[in-house]
Amino acid sequence: MFQAEKKFINTEKIAYWVFLVLGVMNVGFVLMICVYLLLAGSPAIVKIGPLDFLFGTQWASTAAQPKFGILPFILTSVYGTIGAIIIGLPLGFFSAVYLAKMCPKKVRMVVEPVVDLLAGIPSVVYGFIGMLVLVPAIREIFGLPDGSGLLAAIIVLAIMILPSIIKVSVTAIEAVPEEYTLGSLALGANKVETIFRVVVPAARSGISAAVVLGVGRAIGEAMAVMMVAGNAANMPYSIFESVRFLTTAVASEMSYSSGLQREALFSIALVLFAFIMIINAILNMLLKKGIKR
Amino acid sequence: MPTSENASAADTSANVFTVRKFNLWYGDHHALHNINMDIKEHSITALIGPSGCGKSTFIRNLNRMNDLIPGVKLEGSIKYNNEELVNSDIDVSKLRKEVGMVFQKPNPFPMSVYDNIAYGPRTHGVRNHAKLDALVSGSLKAAAIYEEVKDRMNSSALGLSGGQQQRLCIARALAVQPHVLLMDEPTSALDPISTGKIEELAMQLKEKYTIVIVTHNMQQALRISDYTAFFLLGDLIEFGPTEKIFSNPEDKRTEDYITGRFG
Repeated sequence: MFQAEKKFINTEKIAYWVFLVLGVMNVGFVLMICVYLLLAGSPAIVKIGPLDFLFGTQWASTAAQPKFGILPFILTSVYGTIGAIIIGLPLGFFSAVYLAKMCPKKVRMVVEPVVDLLAGIPSVVYGFIGMLVLVPAIREIFGLPDGSGLLAAIIVLAIMILPSIIKVSVTAIEAVPEEYTLGSLALGANKVETIFRVVVPAARSGISAAVVLGVGRAIGEAMAVMMVAGNAANMPYSIFESVRFLTTAVASEMSYSSGLQREALFSIALVLFAFIMIINAILNMLLKKGIKR
Repeated sequence: MPTSENASAADTSANVFTVRKFNLWYGDHHALHNINMDIKEHSITALIGPSGCGKSTFIRNLNRMNDLIPGVKLEGSIKYNNEELVNSDIDVSKLRKEVGMVFQKPNPFPMSVYDNIAYGPRTHGVRNHAKLDALVSGSLKAAAIYEEVKDRMNSSALGLSGGQQQRLCIARALAVQPHVLLMDEPTSALDPISTGKIEELAMQLKEKYTIVIVTHNMQQALRISDYTAFFLLGDLIEFGPTEKIFSNPEDKRTEDYITGRFG
């Protein structure tokens, strides 16, 4: 009897150390990435000058007189993300409300796996379909010489963030206690009023988390965007402009870069990393708030 | 069901609900058998019986909350004033505005105290601020909670104690100016002091409203109700004036239950 107890303690200790090591490794990777990006990314910022780097409107990395201004990339990433949210949020939100509260069980059984599948499609496939379908369509509809540009990227991103927005919103809406619904119906409110005036407000922190998650996904996406955005380092003055995102700026030049150009690409990665860290911090805050309430 | 006829003969005040040969099935399960009952205006009718006897199922037909449960089949008749509720094509929103409900677990919305009370009136189209203010304070006063919340109208209702929350829910139900108040075990999640307050409140409210209350607590039924209905396994065993049910029940099973021999 005592023997068994001793053995139990041992396995517990082993499990403790295994989990500890794994946990520390996780934190370690994040720290290593942080440190490496800081070390690799800061020299170019110092050499170019932080203001010229962040607010310069021209990027000409291979010119005789190279220019390393990344404002076009920053603005493109910001506009692209905002655009994707403007299209994706209402779509995702209403789909989530429909799935969680209104649709017949059978419809849900079909739609939910499809949404999951949408999340699992590799981004290169989104890019490919964007190239083959979306870009020509934009060209035809708006009578442009080339359909690839900010608008195409926004539409592709909007579709790519749909699954995360839908899934997180559905979870948030379903976590709202049934008593609220009953209370509202018992006061004579109809189903739609109940959903939009009681259930959705009660789920708002979860829904905001869905938005932030979508933002994170949109700002970090490279491959699909690279295939439809045109990739010229233009300022995003119009939605038809051929543009580069922060991600695609790194990806498109990394393979042949050298010297200061290469260092500047690391700096772009550092800026992107900072954006994503901020978004994650906001996400954590929202989720914590949701739990507290 | 001889007792139900006795009850209606003994009292001449108007029936708010008239239940005749009412049956309910959940799928294949026959949950309520041939219920006949008259619910009188400005009275408190208590529904008692052991768990699973059908009393909560029954009360939910009085404001059509059973509509929400799939696979429910109804037969017979329940008339609210002159309107048929069973399988009829009435406007349930209007019905629920007139027949309010308070639930077992206090369920204030995650909003401010004010918005909780104003929710119902707003739903029914009241937009005028002065009118809303008056409805809110009037309902809170009627539910005997105004003094406790008047300084925290804009803070979350979830910060109130359980007993306060339940009185808030009563105030919320009163704010749409109902005629009937259904209470489904409103005190079973509360401490004795809060329970006392709710019971006192119920007795005040019957001056203006008709109250139907489901309770596990026979003492509660005895303390506050005018009529008592005893349910057992889906049958209405006995229905009549509370005094008579508790002092001189006609059915052996009623006597066994109220004297605590089972349940």
